[in-house]
Amino acid sequence: MSNEGVIYRISGPVVTATGMKAAMYDVVRVGEEGLMGEVIELHGDKAVIQVYEDTSGIRPGEPVLNTEETLSVSLGPGLLTQIYDGIQRPLATLEEVMGVFITRGVDADAFDLEKVWKFEPTVAKGDSVESGQVIGNVQETETIVHKIMVPPGMSGKVKSIESGDFNVTQTVCVLDDGSELQMMQKWPVRTPRPYRQKYAPDTPLVTGMRILDFLFPLAKGGAAGIPGPFGSGKTVTQQSLAKYSDAQLVVYIGCGERGNEMTEVLDEFPHLIDPNTGKPLMERTVMIANTSNMPVAAREASVYTGITIAEYFRDMGYDVALMADSTSRWAEAMREISSRLEEMPGEEGYPAYLSSRIAEFYERAGRVETLNGDDGSVTVIGAVSPPGGDISEPVSQGTLRIVKVFWGLDAGLARQRHFPAINWLNSYSLYPQSLDQWFRDNIAQDFPEVRTQISGLLQVEAELQEIVQLVGSDALPVDQQLTLEVARMIREFFLQQNGFHEVDAYCDIHLQYKMAKAILSFQDAAKSAMANGGQLNDVVNVPARTDLMRGRFEKGYVDTIEGMIKSMNEEIANTVEEN
Amino acid sequence: MSGKEYRTITDVKGPLVFLNKTEPVAFGEIVTLRLSNGTIKNGQVLDTSDDLVIVQVFEGTAKIDREAGVTFMGDVFKLPVSTELVGRILDGAGRPRDGGPQIVADEKADIIGAAINPYSRQSPHDFIQTGISAIDCCTTLVRGQKLPIFSASGLPHNDIALQIARQAKLKGSDEEFIVVFCAMGITAEEYNFFRSDLERTGALENAVLFVNLADDPAVERIITPRLALTAAEYLAFEKDYHVLVIYTDMTNYCDALRQIGAAREEVPGRRGYPGYMYTDLAMLYERAGIVKGKKGSITQFPILTMPGDDITHPIPDLSGYITEGQIVISRELHQQGIYPPINVLPSLSRLMGSCIGEKTTREDHKSVSDQMYAAYAQGRELRGLVAIVGEDALNERDKQLLDFSGVFEDKFLRQTRDEDRSIEETLDLCWSLMSSIDTKYLVRLDQKWIEKYHPENKE
Repeated sequence: MSNEGVIYRISGPVVTATGMKAAMYDVVRVGEEGLMGEVIELHGDKAVIQVYEDTSGIRPGEPVLNTEETLSVSLGPGLLTQIYDGIQRPLATLEEVMGVFITRGVDADAFDLEKVWKFEPTVAKGDSVESGQVIGNVQETETIVHKIMVPPGMSGKVKSIESGDFNVTQTVCVLDDGSELQMMQKWPVRTPRPYRQKYAPDTPLVTGMRILDFLFPLAKGGAAGIPGPFGSGKTVTQQSLAKYSDAQLVVYIGCGERGNEMTEVLDEFPHLIDPNTGKPLMERTVMIANTSNMPVAAREASVYTGITIAEYFRDMGYDVALMADSTSRWAEAMREISSRLEEMPGEEGYPAYLSSRIAEFYERAGRVETLNGDDGSVTVIGAVSPPGGDISEPVSQGTLRIVKVFWGLDAGLARQRHFPAINWLNSYSLYPQSLDQWFRDNIAQDFPEVRTQISGLLQVEAELQEIVQLVGSDALPVDQQLTLEVARMIREFFLQQNGFHEVDAYCDIHLQYKMAKAILSFQDAAKSAMANGGQLNDVVNVPARTDLMRGRFEKGYVDTIEGMIKSMNEEIANTVEEN
Repeated sequence: MSGKEYRTITDVKGPLVFLNKTEPVAFGEIVTLRLSNGTIKNGQVLDTSDDLVIVQVFEGTAKIDREAGVTFMGDVFKLPVSTELVGRILDGAGRPRDGGPQIVADEKADIIGAAINPYSRQSPHDFIQTGISAIDCCTTLVRGQKLPIFSASGLPHNDIALQIARQAKLKGSDEEFIVVFCAMGITAEEYNFFRSDLERTGALENAVLFVNLADDPAVERIITPRLALTAAEYLAFEKDYHVLVIYTDMTNYCDALRQIGAAREEVPGRRGYPGYMYTDLAMLYERAGIVKGKKGSITQFPILTMPGDDITHPIPDLSGYITEGQIVISRELHQQGIYPPINVLPSLSRLMGSCIGEKTTREDHKSVSDQMYAAYAQGRELRGLVAIVGEDALNERDKQLLDFSGVFEDKFLRQTRDEDRSIEETLDLCWSLMSSIDTKYLVRLDQKWIEKYHPENKE
């Protein structure tokens, strides 16, 4: 059998070819136009292919050519700042070739193969190099040094090594067995890249969002799920994470989502400054945009394309954060393909292998010792869009079984315009145990205790609210009314955060701690004033407290907050004397 | 290849026809069927292989027998487009319905439509003033947005859609929209209502109507919105018009999709709708937008009726995940006699942030909208409490909020069907209503706007 066959059947994105030598996951070229596809099933002589482009107008009898390669991404200098479709075609190049509408049958290199980069070797002739070892550096953007590594599976003694200006396809290093290394390498997307070992995460991914960092922290190398109904702010949360989290690199996958949202990111990111480095955010970002109306098979591939790129940067020793928005669309793409294959469905029509695919994907997150001996991590944050907001559905459940952080978005909170609309009562993080030491060492000794007090107050509030629903708040004893006030302050002053406000959008972790302490300080001052005869109404309405709360929208709050707490406490103490 | 007629039908099932042994037929190819009584029907290839071809027939399969002749036309479905479309009424398959001549095509456009490259899109940011306070203030419409109306049977969504079509304009500009109206399975009565309203206001001259009524073939509904959007794309991106596409009712479209899925014996998803309904809807909704280097735009205004008023039903649910917000019509408000009965709480415009503020609407818009919204939400919540404990148990703040929620519905939401409020009027109205609440409870208002716009400070 040859590597050329003919089309037997076409049903939407699924094409069957006969007479072709094929192995699972081989990439094939379908029809006269050479549409890209991937073998996903074999039946005797028939190979079933999912096609990444629209199949209208293709006929049985047209040729199919097997490239005998698996679906791979190109990795090398030039990746950063790019925006790709699901199969790593740069959208900017597609625009040049096809205009504003995406037609088909166009191939595009993942990045400029001719562009010359300055390669600085880090090994010398005669050194022996292992697979994954760094052999040289390229300053790709101002903030990111792109490390050139020996592709996994190769090793030997350096026979010759270059230094100077090269493009990504020119040989920069030759090993003694004659193998030539270039700056660009390829890697099959469905295979995780190798590493030496996985570590337990011990450093938080600081996001600048108070409710996340303070109450439900995520570790570098961890995995988080954000389920929520439409309109609850998944995308805004994901974009805030992409903007402000202290990862060194961000891979953002827009998987089956709105076109205008990707455009917004594209418009905004080049103008935004990374609060951690002071450089444009785009310089640390790779984006993948396969919007909801782009071919469904490419959507299925997009999450793998994204995570492979993330792993590649991890292997250089970077902390990488990957946002996938939304994994439900990825799961739906699997369902659509599965139903075209007439597979026996599992729950809600999803294929039976759904939960294992989800688990495999999230398992590619982690903090690892790289083959080069560095410490690198991939943090995965997956948005989930459960139908009707009901998280008992298979994608949410498959995700929750594997991730350790659950940020549950709540339509009710979104409706009250409480953003981020993360429900503090049902969200959780299993990382505090491993991260508390970091918080104690780097922020404050009593950080975990302050967190416990804050979340405790919110719990108490939830219980009190049930009573208030029945009898009204005036029927409660004053100390409980105070608790409600304190909890309201936590919600309105601390948990609510305006993701679009120039100051409030990003809150430094030290400031978060100070703000939490300010709330506790208010509680203490109010309690002691009320014990000495102060009235709840007076205590709550001191002007300095309003100033304190409004202060978070001003620059330099981290320096002024202490003074504001002090004047608030003084005013509260004074309410006693007035009586 | 076209011209050769096959008489190899083996099965006919629902809207589908199955044929044996043909020459290679393209996926998506257009098919004509000639019945023994001479009737001509049209269809499209859904599945093709060397042995078997499945054809979906748009006009229904009534009277098709195994003797019917099937001809493959060698091309995918295309709509003849030209500016002559404006002012015309076409049926659900794109044929003239107004007795006028055939459309003379400038070109023929593939109705499936290619995806807009996200890189080539331009972010929508032009404020559209609809003259309806609830929309302009709380769920602002932006040119290039897709903003559906989530309604239910028996509610005045058609009036709202028409009022928007009549009043929508860019602030400070007289530039008019071309309305592309797409009816899918609505009743003749509803259609006449739309048509006569458009005629009455003269808007029909600037409109293209694609009409598939309730007694027209259900399968045809699959292509009707695609024709409408193809016409819209041509007018917007080739001829520089700003196009407002109104389609009603998406629920009928989705039901037609389910009907075909069932006939093909596909594995159903939720409530029997096909698993690919999200992708299918996205292929329609995502055809809204603005494209770099083109002057025109497509704004979409789909109407869907939520079966059983249930917003978690797959049709509103999947739509909500694709569209850029939603306007939710409330039966409760309608029964209180309030028009337009828009419940602003679950309503949302995702693009609002990019089009409001000093340069476009007014500097205090965001602040006002947030405060109106928050106060109304709290007031509504208190109604539940009052039902249990009575109004006397409320403190001063809660009493004010409770009263405000009533005023909000009566003064802010309520307006007449031809009342066209400018955005300044709407915002001033907000301030005058909010002044019934003590300023210290209006925590979402910036101090500087209170100083500038609060009625107390204005005199």
